[in-house]
Amino acid sequence: MVEIRAEIAANVWQVQVREGAVVAVGDSLVILESMKMEIPVIAEQASTVERVEVAEGQSVQPGDLLLILGVPR
Amino acid sequence: MIRSLLVANRGEIARRILRTAATMGVRTVAVHSDADTELPFVREADEAVLLGPAPPQQSYLDAAKVLDAAKRTGAEAIHPGYGFLAENAGFAQAVLDAGLVWVGPAPAAIEAMGDKVNARNRMAAAGVPVAAGTAEPLADVDAAVVAARDLGYPLMVKAAAGGGGIGMAVARDEEQLRAAYVTARSRAERFFSSPAIFLERYIEHARHVEVQVLGLADGRVVALGERDCSVQRRHQKVAEETPGPGIGEDLRQRMFKGAVRAAEAVGYRNAGTIECLVDPVAQDYVFLEMNTRLQVEHPITELVTGIDLVAEQLRVAAGDEPSFDVDGVRPRGHAIELRVYAEDPKRFLPSPGPITAWIEPVGPGIRVDAGYAAGNSVTLFYDPLLAKLCVQAATRAEALDHAADAVAEFRIEGIKTNLPFFAELLDDPRFRSGGYDTTLIDQMHGS
Repeated sequence: MVEIRAEIAANVWQVQVREGAVVAVGDSLVILESMKMEIPVIAEQASTVERVEVAEGQSVQPGDLLLILGVPR
Repeated sequence: MIRSLLVANRGEIARRILRTAATMGVRTVAVHSDADTELPFVREADEAVLLGPAPPQQSYLDAAKVLDAAKRTGAEAIHPGYGFLAENAGFAQAVLDAGLVWVGPAPAAIEAMGDKVNARNRMAAAGVPVAAGTAEPLADVDAAVVAARDLGYPLMVKAAAGGGGIGMAVARDEEQLRAAYVTARSRAERFFSSPAIFLERYIEHARHVEVQVLGLADGRVVALGERDCSVQRRHQKVAEETPGPGIGEDLRQRMFKGAVRAAEAVGYRNAGTIECLVDPVAQDYVFLEMNTRLQVEHPITELVTGIDLVAEQLRVAAGDEPSFDVDGVRPRGHAIELRVYAEDPKRFLPSPGPITAWIEPVGPGIRVDAGYAAGNSVTLFYDPLLAKLCVQAATRAEALDHAADAVAEFRIEGIKTNLPFFAELLDDPRFRSGGYDTTLIDQMHGS
């Protein structure tokens, strides 16, 4: 399992995947927004989305858990 | 003469406008959101009005609340700064309809330049050079692909109602164009409430150079010098300098003439900026767009000309003559502006948080326009600009050296800033040579 955490303080603008979704390297998982900038959170390995821990509109702090990916494929 | 002024903005630009207004004996009113109550601009105004919650839609972008604040405080005039309501023709009209003085161009001029496609077409008709591009917004992605076949790659994909680099992307082939079109369209819809997209031929190794203009009360337009704004990340400016390195005198005069013609074509009054792309090898330029407001980087023009642009804006708005001899403007020396952002210096990701220490550099030739002080917090609701560090000296080399010293002296703690990036920039041989273009930061980080 791979925990994907926020690197910055931001608002969750879009959650782009659902639990169970299959993702490839480079897929955008979540788009954060902070200071008029959109910051996509990208999958660094091919995997499956196990759990989504945030909802759109929610604010996150650095280190907060965004989602959990399953074992790399 | 304006006797009282409401500044419909925040941070460094609100503070900067308030400062000039105060020296002119104008009574000042600040407006602010819940998030900004502790910032210097709020306490430096003669009066401050709370607009509402932190999100801009509920405070700085709420035209009715701003107008109500002006009414309640008896402010005669409104200065919009840049961003927020500054280029909103409907707001400018509402200000006039309320019987107040609008410190900016007429709503019709804002509207004419606000639609980038319309602006391009009008400029071309007025004899100002524009880059090859689509003469109307594209209906859909397939129309973009068809138009691209005529124009040729590489292309710049842009939002017609856009600005600030948001939604802009370079496409080098059809696949990139299709992706860029979709992204640009969704961002344009979200940020500018208009999905209109157009294409413009992308000029490789271009420099981004702009001309400051001032439309006088009597209808004349004067060009007050150029600024090179090629140091950019994500199509947003990070540092600017004047005069522009690599701009020959012949090109400079042609750009000034073109800028004056562009402003005259829309009957422009007050301060504005004509943004251009320059091909330094061909010594040629094309019109990009006009920003119908005070520009972020206006201080470097003030440093080399000795003109206070905000003071002149207030004079024009009141129908007064300029305070300087319009035929005797002779810029002196070289000036550079560094935009100090709350972001990490490598990836340029936002870094909001509390500021625990803030010590500005001081000395001859140094000007710091700051929005924050120690003890303030940087929130994630607004752009990351903390301060503008501006330095002027007799020559470019001296200005860069002086700027490097000032960067080393500037202490901001508690949040990450891009100050370390500026130390890197001022030491970079590509930047120091003056022969850089808009790809400089990518080159610095790629190599």
